[in-house]
Amino acid sequence: MTAVMGTPMKRKEDPKLLTGEGKFVDDIQVPGQLWMGMVRSTMAHANIKGIDTSAAAQMPGVHSVYTGSELADMDLWIAPLPCVWPVTPDMLNPPHYPVAAETAHHVGDIVAVVLADSRYEAADAAEQVVVDYEVLPVVASLADAVAGEKLAHQDLGTNQAYHWALEPAPEAVEAAFASAVHTVKGEFVQQRLIPAAMEPRGVLAVPSPHGGELTIYSSTQVPHILKVMFAATTGIPEQKIRVIAPAVGGGFGAKLNVNPDELLAVTLANRLGRAVRWTETRSEAAFSTHQGRGQHQTIEIAADAEGKIQAVRVHLNADMGAYMMLITPGVPVLGSFLYTGVYNVPAFGFTCDGYFTNLTPTDAYRGAGRPEASYAIERAMDMLAAEVGVGPEEIRRRNYLAGGEAFEDLETASTLVFDSGHYGPNLDAALEMAGYSDLLAQQQARRDAGDKKELGIGLCTYVEICGLAPSRALAGLNYGAGGWEAGTVRLLPTGKVEVVSGSTPHGQGHETSWSQIVADKLGIDPNDVTVLHSDTAISPLGLDTYGSRSLSVGGVAIAMACDKVIDKAKQIAAHQLEANLDDLTFEGGSFSVKGSPDKALAIQEIAFGAFTAHNLPDGMEPNLNEQVIFDPPNFAFPFGTHVAVVEVDTDTGGTTLLDYIAVDDCGNQVNPMIVEGQIHGGIVQGVAQALYEVAEYDADGNCKNPSFLDYLVPSPTELPNIKTGFTTTPSTSNPLGVKGAGEAGTIGSAAAVINAVCNALKPYGVNDIEMPATPMRVWQAINEGSQG
Amino acid sequence: MTVNGEVRSADVEPRTLLVHHLRDVLGLTGTNVGCDTSSCGACTIHIDGESVKSCTMLAVQARGANITTIEGMATNGELHPMQAAFMECHGLQCGYCTPGMVMAATSLLKENPNPSETEVRIGLEGNLCRCTGYHNIVKSVLTAAGGAA
Repeated sequence: MTAVMGTPMKRKEDPKLLTGEGKFVDDIQVPGQLWMGMVRSTMAHANIKGIDTSAAAQMPGVHSVYTGSELADMDLWIAPLPCVWPVTPDMLNPPHYPVAAETAHHVGDIVAVVLADSRYEAADAAEQVVVDYEVLPVVASLADAVAGEKLAHQDLGTNQAYHWALEPAPEAVEAAFASAVHTVKGEFVQQRLIPAAMEPRGVLAVPSPHGGELTIYSSTQVPHILKVMFAATTGIPEQKIRVIAPAVGGGFGAKLNVNPDELLAVTLANRLGRAVRWTETRSEAAFSTHQGRGQHQTIEIAADAEGKIQAVRVHLNADMGAYMMLITPGVPVLGSFLYTGVYNVPAFGFTCDGYFTNLTPTDAYRGAGRPEASYAIERAMDMLAAEVGVGPEEIRRRNYLAGGEAFEDLETASTLVFDSGHYGPNLDAALEMAGYSDLLAQQQARRDAGDKKELGIGLCTYVEICGLAPSRALAGLNYGAGGWEAGTVRLLPTGKVEVVSGSTPHGQGHETSWSQIVADKLGIDPNDVTVLHSDTAISPLGLDTYGSRSLSVGGVAIAMACDKVIDKAKQIAAHQLEANLDDLTFEGGSFSVKGSPDKALAIQEIAFGAFTAHNLPDGMEPNLNEQVIFDPPNFAFPFGTHVAVVEVDTDTGGTTLLDYIAVDDCGNQVNPMIVEGQIHGGIVQGVAQALYEVAEYDADGNCKNPSFLDYLVPSPTELPNIKTGFTTTPSTSNPLGVKGAGEAGTIGSAAAVINAVCNALKPYGVNDIEMPATPMRVWQAINEGSQG
Repeated sequence: MTVNGEVRSADVEPRTLLVHHLRDVLGLTGTNVGCDTSSCGACTIHIDGESVKSCTMLAVQARGANITTIEGMATNGELHPMQAAFMECHGLQCGYCTPGMVMAATSLLKENPNPSETEVRIGLEGNLCRCTGYHNIVKSVLTAAGGAA
């Protein structure tokens, strides 16, 4: 059996998804189901004076209509929607119920719900509900919230939800800035983004009126978390709840929440004894699913004469939106540790103020706090390079942790211990792949020729925190759960293998990668392995998928479970072969006795023997069925260097991404094909933030571009092919030496692209461009000089 | 109408979108809905051999049409060459845009059997994917076309 770990095995998931056989939530039909139609507030901030549901109730196919106050009287909930990351003890967290009863706090806040026989009838009836609003002042932007003249929640008396600080050495930071030769200051806007997974969110709750069980199908990344949160918010006994995430069409963080629609479906199905369902429409998603980013960043670097960093100081204002969702307040906090980037920073300070606005809540979106951090430090490093008068690659080299040499378990100024890194060769590889010196020559040649199309080259050397997470580290951050993951490996009587995965896929290919790990460990064919997941009845223990954690926590748990299986099988082999344990070797799926190669047992034979239990060592439990719950000792810190090459048409301001080179290091790889795919997609989401996407709001708090007509998710024509390369620096945080790849691309690419645009516009005195770098913004910057 | 070679007839409400008829009435749920503005292409099918976004058409407008959905692409358990190329080149991750991509790409190759990379990108402009960054989708289509990938 040749190794399958590290090979680009084709995905087991694909045939079902390619043929329409894969079932997403909206594909599952249940007899007697009722469709929910949401009546959403059209006002960003308003008291609800009255709701007339009479016309809606008379519409064809309508079963019932409930207003927020009617639902409040039905005792459906024992607690508001959960926020599990109260980052400070005094954080403000106004109660958030699935349907607003008295006051709507953002456009899209649900104010009433219709139940009807079909999706069309539910939508029709929802339109007939008449709501009388008393309009209140609207906090329509983060700037409005900070100004504080209007309040997003009137009863709070302030818009500021919390102040969080990471200031391990404030005096050292002050002293470094006082004595610095060079200082730079960047102020950046992380615009709001609509996550836009291609499958809209949906839920189907199926009750068992007599048995008392509830089965909930949800388009979610987090079925296990939903199960416990449904119990905690509805009072339905946890053991009666089963959550299934069927095929899930992308998540990107937007499907890790506990949402009002899900709680409505669960409680109404439970109360009415009928299946209740809902599927988001795309234009509704800007209001019904949380958004990403929404931060204003101020970053300052103090450096000595050579440009060596002496201190980094950061302040954020972060837009929570109207309510605290599951981990809303923690997103900027998660990023805080990465504002020192890959650099040796002797002194570091970070503060963050979270503010409420009357806009759609924010929460995790691919990278969740870490792309923002990477963007700020990497933009500021380019500013420092300009200040010192060296190239962007040189300023980075001068500041790399461990001087760019290999390191393990290195403590940084942001208090974290980086597992491993080796930044110098990674940068070298990226510059070589990009043909960096040729690119600089081309840039100069264009300038010499007076070309109106400027070439820009942008670098980013990022690091990310993934493998969430050591449970004790999460406790230190006041996060409300642990960070372990569960994996079970079970040999069936016929020698085939069932793996139960706690982490749940939504496009990452867990079935394939986990099969490769198990095949390699047990010396069997990966096609003899089936991976079960995403159903709390089949996989009762798990903490799901976010934060690039699946492989480095969940995959590792499965590898460790294989080791336990092998240990037990070895004892059985020793017993049955009448050999000493120490004389047994396990290779190619078979135990044999050293020196007696004819005395051997295949692991499949041992599995059958463990099943019959006819001849096991005294006291041994039958079967080979082992579970490991892995709580990692540390995070994993993947890193990489990205190079973006752009062409900026200085007549029109239009920017074209000509080339993109990414050299990533995510430690050891299980399936390089899947890793590369993750990197590609991640990069494009960062490119989209840099050049195209922004959720735009007017002064009344209306999202102006909720549909795909004007929210610019990139199409194939905006993008080049992406050149990927890898270096390999194994993690010390887990026995597989793996890191994570799901968010890396996004964490590196926005900074690389904007650095490239600014690099192109250097002759025009442009120091900064706000994202997205639209033709209008670029043209204005060219024609008005510096934005920075 | 004929769907994947079978004659299917039903009374439909005049306003029913073809995609909802296929999904909710005929149970052909492989055709997905990703937006409400005919922007994403997840619902792309073939009508009389040409790719059409099935959310842009009423079911009644498809009366008498010959329709192929993603369920009609594989034959006798064998993936269609375009499906096989997507699998070979890792042209899908979550798989939600995939049926529409496969249908649009098949139609593209029918019109232009040997497209360049740029022609593939332009040909698929009406289909959005959030997972792959398109790199491997383009590679899949070029592979299916038999060109250099």
